Amino acid sequence: MLSLTNLKVKVGEKVIINNVNFNFEKGKVYALMGPNGSGKSTLALTIMGHPQYQIENGKIEMEGVEINNLSADKRAQLGLFLSFQTPIAVSGVNVFQLLRLALSGKKDPLEIKKEIEKYASVLKIPNELINRSLNEGASGGEKKKLEVLQAAVLEPKFLIFDEVDTGVDVDAMKVIAQFIKKHKKDKTYLLITHYNRILRYIKPDKVLIMIDGEIVKVGDYKLAYQIEKKGYEKLCI
Amino acid sequence: MKNYVYKSEKGLSEKVINNISSLKGEPLWMREFRLKSYAIFKRKPLPDWGTDLSKVNFDDIYYYIKPTERQVSTWNDLPKEIKETYDKIGIPEAERKFLAGVSAQYESEVVYESIKKELQSQGVIFCDMDTALRKYESIFKQYFSTVVPAHDNKFAALNSAVWSGGSFVYVPKGVKVNLPLQAYFRINAEQFGQFERTLIIAEEDSFVHYVEGCTAPIYSTSSLHAAVVEIIVKKNARVRYTTVQNWSKNVYNLVTKRARVEEEAVMEWVDGNLGSSVTMKYPSCYLVGRKARGEVLSIAFAGQGQHQDAGAKMIHLAPETSSRIISKSISKDGGRTSYRGLVQVAPGAKNCSVYVSCDALIIDEESRSDTYPVMKIKEQDVNIQHEATVEKLGEEKLFYLTSRGIKKSEAEGLLVNGFIDPIAKEIPLEYAIELNRLINLEMSGSVG
Repeated sequence: MLSLTNLKVKVGEKVIINNVNFNFEKGKVYALMGPNGSGKSTLALTIMGHPQYQIENGKIEMEGVEINNLSADKRAQLGLFLSFQTPIAVSGVNVFQLLRLALSGKKDPLEIKKEIEKYASVLKIPNELINRSLNEGASGGEKKKLEVLQAAVLEPKFLIFDEVDTGVDVDAMKVIAQFIKKHKKDKTYLLITHYNRILRYIKPDKVLIMIDGEIVKVGDYKLAYQIEKKGYEKLCI
Repeated sequence: MKNYVYKSEKGLSEKVINNISSLKGEPLWMREFRLKSYAIFKRKPLPDWGTDLSKVNFDDIYYYIKPTERQVSTWNDLPKEIKETYDKIGIPEAERKFLAGVSAQYESEVVYESIKKELQSQGVIFCDMDTALRKYESIFKQYFSTVVPAHDNKFAALNSAVWSGGSFVYVPKGVKVNLPLQAYFRINAEQFGQFERTLIIAEEDSFVHYVEGCTAPIYSTSSLHAAVVEIIVKKNARVRYTTVQNWSKNVYNLVTKRARVEEEAVMEWVDGNLGSSVTMKYPSCYLVGRKARGEVLSIAFAGQGQHQDAGAKMIHLAPETSSRIISKSISKDGGRTSYRGLVQVAPGAKNCSVYVSCDALIIDEESRSDTYPVMKIKEQDVNIQHEATVEKLGEEKLFYLTSRGIKKSEAEGLLVNGFIDPIAKEIPLEYAIELNRLINLEMSGSVG
């Protein structure tokens, strides 16, 4: 589905990601864990095509096509999606305007409107948040739910959730987790977390541990519990 | 398009002015007013502040062009060429939809006009200025040039000397006009300055919304647009004046807009400035009666080679008056926007409140935005708030939107439209859509 080969990423002069190799398979759920500053968000933003992160070496392939030089909008059109760790507020633009433009020629605006309403009710997002400027005046949990809602309407193939479980209360997290489970089918998920809170609700097929920009360990879901007990350092040294 | 019935010689002289007045068959007082204004125009220097007007060549402009012989009252009577021009702007369709009346200006003469019967039965007068001067001379003379005298500024003097066309609106006491009155303007002859003049009188307890939208084709030589708008808002009346203008990129757009606002009356200017090479426009409210209220909502967009110098003037001359100025400007590709505002509170105008907010959005490093707010407050009991922000189009916001599959240029358009959204909401829907579309075109670089 998505593969990373010898990936090395720099911001300015600083190397953040080094020598990452991994192949994400279709229909599976992956958890990416690691301490703060280990490069998890950088990896997510690099896959999505943030202009600040330069690929120094290696390649990213989506279904066999190299996407290193594609802009973020083209990557999204190929089926990539990133749920941001801290979604930014966009004044004067509501979620419908955004999705209508993103899906122009693909989905009928009326259909988009219906889906937004449907998913907002499933995710328990208050109506005024749907009509208001995106993420403006929304709580941490509400912002994360709005990210999930966008994912649901956009129907991407490869979804990265960057700390979807932080700043979210237990109820909201359950709702988000249930929602992700329900919409698994043919999709591939990469859940970035450093608590593993969300992993109590969604059992990952594989857990990847990242430290200092490298993937140092890969295991099954039990690895997440070991980390909770022992911490990263003991486990990985 | 050379079917002009009459075209004055280039440049300005007493002879040209006398000719205009004779052709229009005006009363002597108007001819004298024009000649006196011309003398003021010659005396007044160009403003030495604001924008660069040194390239305006007053001798290289036709001051009067009369396109057709007579006024026509139905669409079918219009000459074919004019009809085609209007078809491109879409007037008849717009009219079918919900216009209360159309007074469309083709060059300097109003050639097409239709007033809905309902308006007539209410006693509302909506016609072109020349007709108003002929048919309603006493009302016309009572108010004409009382809010914008010829000596207001050099371009007001020029307009006073050579004005032609524009709308006259009279709303009787207690009458509320439910649908917006609209006029379409279009400069269509090369090097032809358009000097329309609009006069609106809203009697006590009345309401009217007047909308002007402008589009102009692109020419290689400079064109001058120096209009005057005068509005009298009587006690407890409300007038809203909406402009969405998109002059071609070589037009000097120098417009004087003033309103006199009496006791408990409300004046609202909604002003969208796109296009033109240079715009200087500062809609004003003279708040002369107790509890009078004035509002200016202004949007300016400056692209390559453009300077939008726009703002507002609020003159508080009575107690408990209030004013609100909200300005949003966008500059791109080396364009320049300036907010220029004056708020004045006279001695004795107690318990006034003033709110000024100006936000500038700068799209790239080459572009520029300046703010020149002036406050002259001669009274202690005043509540004043002033807010100003300057922001750059954020890379993070752009990344967020593009990561959803939206092209960068479209994402920029979305952000710019989001930025002006609080003002766009105040504009009638069809104009808001047009504004939205124009901004998207500007952002994607497909209009030059």
